[in-house]
Amino acid sequence: MRSRTPLAAVAGFALLVALWELVKLLVPADGVSVGGTRVLPRTDDAAMPHVWTVLARLGDPEVAGAAAARPVGVAVASGALFTLGLALGGLVLGGLLGVVLALVMHRVGLVERAVLPYVVASQTVPLIAIAPLVAGWGGKIAIAGWAWQPWASVMVISSYLAFFPVAVGMLRGLTSPARADVELFRAMAAGWWTTLVRLRLPAAVPHLLPAVRLAAAAAVVGAIVAEISTGTTGGIGRLIISYAQSATGDPSRMYAAILGAAVLGLVAAAAVGALDVGLRRYRGSVR
Amino acid sequence: MSAVSLHGVDKRFGEVHALDGIELTVDSGEFVSLIGPSGCGKSTLLRVVADLEQPSAGTVAVGGKAPRQARLDQEYGIAFQQAGLLEWRTVTENVELPLHVHGMSKARRRARAAELLELVGLTEFAGSRPSELSGGMQQRVAIARALAPSPRLLLMDEPFGALDEMTRERMQAELLRIARETGAAVLFVTHSIPEAVVLSDRVVVMSPRPGRITDIVGGRRPGGGDPTDDPTDLAPDDIEDVRESGTFFAAITAVREALRKGHG
Repeated sequence: MRSRTPLAAVAGFALLVALWELVKLLVPADGVSVGGTRVLPRTDDAAMPHVWTVLARLGDPEVAGAAAARPVGVAVASGALFTLGLALGGLVLGGLLGVVLALVMHRVGLVERAVLPYVVASQTVPLIAIAPLVAGWGGKIAIAGWAWQPWASVMVISSYLAFFPVAVGMLRGLTSPARADVELFRAMAAGWWTTLVRLRLPAAVPHLLPAVRLAAAAAVVGAIVAEISTGTTGGIGRLIISYAQSATGDPSRMYAAILGAAVLGLVAAAAVGALDVGLRRYRGSVR
Repeated sequence: MSAVSLHGVDKRFGEVHALDGIELTVDSGEFVSLIGPSGCGKSTLLRVVADLEQPSAGTVAVGGKAPRQARLDQEYGIAFQQAGLLEWRTVTENVELPLHVHGMSKARRRARAAELLELVGLTEFAGSRPSELSGGMQQRVAIARALAPSPRLLLMDEPFGALDEMTRERMQAELLRIARETGAAVLFVTHSIPEAVVLSDRVVVMSPRPGRITDIVGGRRPGGGDPTDDPTDLAPDDIEDVRESGTFFAAITAVREALRKGHG
């Protein structure tokens, strides 16, 4: 079952490529218009470059003609790696925050009732709105002589998206043990901490894993959007923007960057998959 | 010293009068069943003894201690209708749980768990996961777990209620043997009249609204039994004889009549 997952991912990718090329083949270059309104997009090489053109573009220099320039593939890969680092940092930060928040909410019912609505509300604030705020605040602080860096803002914003599913999933997981199990621990004179470690945390794992998966995806999206809205350079988000600005003349380069962002998401998901394997023992414990 | 003693115990949940003036003593090594219709407070009574509920009035002593202290000292082991084994632990690790919680060293835990699995006849399943076991086997693991800290008292809330009849009868014989071997007193909640009679030295009959004790009937050796004949001194095979004996049916009739009286 598990071993088929990578295979399915490859098959899914192949299907996507086939679909892309099929649309390009069947839909006329000018798209399909009904009564002057275009209902299907244009499919000429400027709007939808061939998959192989995009892949070939990865090997070409970033700026056509400039001999010293690095290939697009290298630029995309280094941008994706930079963003991956920030997204994973955001995931760890947000994950810890989510777990701690869930523990506090579980321990103190009053906190749950007071904080949970704001946890939910926090996700309705548009990321675009808070990104400049974080960058602005960050610019004004220095922690123990360490001046705030723009990438730190990106990481914080990424964690802002990542903490939410973890907090909600973890809270759900902590309350998942049956009443009889909790009473058994009480009968054994186990304290709050022992009950947490021996019962609630293991029981929370099946709820936590899908939450972390969601959080990983959110962290990547958060990092990319944060890079763009704070103007942080070096990551894939900035690369997509700068490539998109010249998309009319060089469309395949933009798609190469988008491809890089997609691969980035897959790598982040795979990292969570490793966690999944490590906690295998606790996975089937939902009753 | 008695294993459990309750005097004038009352328990109210808001308007509901769950227990009313309960007087009951369980001697050490004695097997006592609580029987009665749903809502008669038999589970509540067990939970009061286990310190999972606080009585509204009256005094409770477990092994001569206050219930809370008895719980903290692991004076009792407890088993519920659902075996409630932790799926991420092996059978051995589940049996070890109470010892683990109390910080016993791993080597001693392992040795004790092996001893208990031997007692309940599950040695060959030591490394299995609970989900690989049948319902009866899971319940045996739960009993072994309850016995792990060598308690003087075993509290059981319909532990065989979810088992089929054949497994149930086998488990009853097992439980009697284990209770005899460990010398632990047992307070046993059940719905089943034959189960209460075949297991118990005394059957406590309860009635609902308010939950009170209406009668106490002798179990396996009711009434005319030889007083020198220790009722706990039964070999496991004897239980099958008990099931077919005249005294068994007489006791069942006595319990049934007490239950009907309590209802009327």
